[in-house]
Amino acid sequence: MNRSFVAKNPSVLIFLACLAVFTLVVTILSEGFGIGVVSTSFVKTLGKTLCLCLIAVAMDLIWGFVGILSLGHFAFFGLGGYMIGMWLMYERTRLIVVESLSQSDIPPTAAEVTDAIGNQIFGVVGASEFPLIWVFADSLVLQLALVVLVPGLLALVFGWLAFRSRVTGVYLSILTQAMTLALALYLFQNDSGLRGNNGLSGLQNLPGVTASQDQVSLWFLWASAAALGAGYVLAAWLVWGKFGSVIRGIRDNEARVRFLGYSVESYKLAVFTLTACIAAIAGALYYPQAGIINPAEVAPIASIYLAVWVAIGGRGRLYGAVIGAAFVSLLSTWFTGGQAPDIPLGFYTIKWVDWWLVLLGVSFVLVTLFAPKGIGGLFDLITARRSPDRHGADLGPDDGALREQEAGR
Amino acid sequence: MKRLFALAIGLLLAQVLAAGMAAAQADGIQPVLQAHKDTITKSSRKTIGPAIDAIAASGVVQAKDVLEAWVAKDMWLRKSDGLFFRGEKVEGKTYRLFDFDSGGAVGVFPKSELKQLKPNSGVRALIATALVRFQLNAADAGKRHDALTSIARDPDAAHLEPLRASIAGEPDAELKATKERLERLLTIRFDADEAARLAAIGAMSGDLGVDVRAALNPLVVTTRNAAKELPEGANIAAQLSPGQDGFSRQDSYALLVAVGLALAPPTAGEIRNALNDNISGGRVGGVPVAQLSDPDARLVAYDALAASGLVLARIRDQQIDDILAAHVFFDLYADPSPTVTKAASQALDEISLKVGLNQTLDLTLDALSLASIYFLAAIGLAITFGVMGVINMAHGEFIMMGAYTGYVVQQVIPDHTVSIIVAIPLAFAVTFAAGVAMERLVIRWLYARPLETLLATFGISIALQQLAKNIFGTQARPLTAPGWLDGAWVLNDVVSISYIRIAIFVLALIFLTLFLYIMKRTRLGLETRAVTQNPKMAASMGINPDKVNMLTFGLGSGIAGIAGVAIGLFAKVTSELGSDYIVQSFMTVVVGGVGNIWGTLAGAAMIGFLQKGIEWMNPSNTLAAQTYMIVFIIIFIQFRPRGIIALKGRAAGD
Repeated sequence: MNRSFVAKNPSVLIFLACLAVFTLVVTILSEGFGIGVVSTSFVKTLGKTLCLCLIAVAMDLIWGFVGILSLGHFAFFGLGGYMIGMWLMYERTRLIVVESLSQSDIPPTAAEVTDAIGNQIFGVVGASEFPLIWVFADSLVLQLALVVLVPGLLALVFGWLAFRSRVTGVYLSILTQAMTLALALYLFQNDSGLRGNNGLSGLQNLPGVTASQDQVSLWFLWASAAALGAGYVLAAWLVWGKFGSVIRGIRDNEARVRFLGYSVESYKLAVFTLTACIAAIAGALYYPQAGIINPAEVAPIASIYLAVWVAIGGRGRLYGAVIGAAFVSLLSTWFTGGQAPDIPLGFYTIKWVDWWLVLLGVSFVLVTLFAPKGIGGLFDLITARRSPDRHGADLGPDDGALREQEAGR
Repeated sequence: MKRLFALAIGLLLAQVLAAGMAAAQADGIQPVLQAHKDTITKSSRKTIGPAIDAIAASGVVQAKDVLEAWVAKDMWLRKSDGLFFRGEKVEGKTYRLFDFDSGGAVGVFPKSELKQLKPNSGVRALIATALVRFQLNAADAGKRHDALTSIARDPDAAHLEPLRASIAGEPDAELKATKERLERLLTIRFDADEAARLAAIGAMSGDLGVDVRAALNPLVVTTRNAAKELPEGANIAAQLSPGQDGFSRQDSYALLVAVGLALAPPTAGEIRNALNDNISGGRVGGVPVAQLSDPDARLVAYDALAASGLVLARIRDQQIDDILAAHVFFDLYADPSPTVTKAASQALDEISLKVGLNQTLDLTLDALSLASIYFLAAIGLAITFGVMGVINMAHGEFIMMGAYTGYVVQQVIPDHTVSIIVAIPLAFAVTFAAGVAMERLVIRWLYARPLETLLATFGISIALQQLAKNIFGTQARPLTAPGWLDGAWVLNDVVSISYIRIAIFVLALIFLTLFLYIMKRTRLGLETRAVTQNPKMAASMGINPDKVNMLTFGLGSGIAGIAGVAIGLFAKVTSELGSDYIVQSFMTVVVGGVGNIWGTLAGAAMIGFLQKGIEWMNPSNTLAAQTYMIVFIIIFIQFRPRGIIALKGRAAGD
């Protein structure tokens, strides 16, 4: 069975090979272990991009294969980041506090240490007590479990409520957007227990690790690459078998799948929760590389950009999502970072820092209108995959169904 | 001693008054001034009182002029004969002097022959207080009003008598009412006569004014106190027993410490410092230092130190109990009279009930105005999303475009009223054109693909937002409301609503009527409904669906533009203006029920009232209110997925 999976999905092997080569090349060129051509900050950017690719795979799974346009997956991404951030911040502050308290003659009591940590962490929001949600923050194992459990549980409850009452299509999109907006607004409060709009900071410093950031950034690059590879294989395996056929059926014609006797809601809920967990893992890897997380990260706009990446890369094909996320986010970094050359028009100079979003918006509209296959569609030219001729009809009647132009035979 | 002093002053005053009166009849104000020459020339806050009183009470008409000249530093002393005059600067260092009594000019003198009286600020305040009685009886009603305002702003016991005296002679009915009200407030606070205070409290109960509550509240404020036994004759609100009614043992002991009846127990930090100071040979009180990370070990070490007399002993629970049992704890009123405090708290109860009712009314008005803002923002969506089923994520940017149109018009036309009148149709035209262009270029290719429409319009949204940022910059631009919209409609001290909010409410009503009229009474409305229900059938009836869709979308966008002008009037115009409202607008339409304007109205009302309601329960936190509101909406949609007012039958579509 395994052989036939690989045989039927040659793209998985190609993808894994590309990922491995990429990681190897970056490692060789890096400052930490290699010849130092690629700067550490760029290694971090690449590592973060890999995490974004991973959440794009999750997004493609839920949107491209189940047809649910979720505009809230960055909520799970952010929650994953917060969960790991809590441990990182607690542990690092604890080490600093213990170090400074050990200067005095009398060894500190446990309560004194906890109070000092609380003061350090929550001083910015005018509190010093540990809120209840930090109860597991001293344990890496538990907090790692929470990375998956908290977003997974949120997705489970939210999805169960939404799918049970048959909220579909655009309504579901707006509902997921409302969910992430509610979460962002909640986190913005100072008494949310997660430091309000200050967010959690200093996450790039791993507690107890003395290695330089040059090396730590590579560790995270490897971890992100491994997670992306594993996530990709898992997603490919899911959409390959019978399970994949059912969820594609749900995407194109939900009513018909339901009449065939499948429990549509359970399938949707399973994929929704699974993708939330993948998004959370991506977030947990992303934010230690970014160094800071604040509530603005889970604002609705982030999740919409996620949809933009997948759409530009080409939804309904996993490598499309990865390419879209990598391409758009790297291009975005390039343009907004001021590295792109300005274009003088004589009467006006186009500064890309100002005009990049306009370009992105317009090109996104153009892709939606004229190239629904996205960048991934270019590979069809090589493999000579042709679009079906359904005389203008889409694959199914549902909102999420693939369009004639973006489907493959 | 104090009383004796006051008596002496009083006697002195009476004599002076008598003398002053007698003199005044004969010679005017100058003799009075001469009588107090020393205190006036060497004025200090402590000694000046009798002189000012003598002048004020002299009964001479010119007394007021003297005080005014004095406070304005216009009073001069002629060194040659020691008489006081009002001086006016002529030129250089010469001054023209005027006699106070006759008012006539005496002559021009160089400054070297004169001495200016410069009262310090403390003295000036006393003079101003004395002047109030003249202002209260001034011929000019405006001056009387000013005097009342200044008393109300800074009430003082000294104002009570002049105020009382001026009531009878007040010709203006309105000012008389104000004076009587102020007199009662001052009576409540400063009068020595208990019966008068009770009468005043009774007269003021049920009054909603903030000043009434400000006068009554200090009377019922209690301070928590402790003593060996209850003080005699004190106005005690309640007696407390430690460990009951939220008054814990820790609290009561801390209170004893605060009033100095008990010793403070050493805190954890003090224990730590004490241990730190007494380390000897790696041990403290016989306990090895390494073990002191255990709190119990610390206590053992501290007790050992205390036993050897190095530090104060800890206070044991048993001791605390004994100390607590030996004292009484009580809440003490600031005012000594129990009848007054009782009457005041009754009056406050009555007032708070009324205030509560009025606050509910105020909250309702607030909620209504918030609902009309949401309705305004959502009504364009009710057309494009509700009727046509097109998700337009750029709707918020149309609102923004409308607001910026208003801003640009104000740059061209400086008159705010005219510019608003021009801006409204212009904003409609601009966003109508933008809407039509968008429908022609993008949306019509995606009619059967709502999710793609959502994403494509989002692309337009980010492009438009950035474009606005590039053109107008990131800072907020002002869109100023015309002058007649400034201010607020004030019903009483609790209920008030600004005119802008009323205008927005009216605008929302106009839009509702307009929408209903267009949809139910015009050709376009009929065709729109036909096309949205069944495009093919409508087309075969001779309706051009393309044209109808285009016009309907343009209409929805145009209304968003007008809403933008309205929203811009009270919110700052930024490129993010639209995105602040977009999610709420979609919520409004979805919660209300798609395809029905009454549903949108109900949705806006529900969200508006809900948000204000939650804000009222937790007033410090509008973020929390929004969070809980969205959570509530998410749950609400679970139970009514098609909104409050759901279309039934064929109109529902599927």
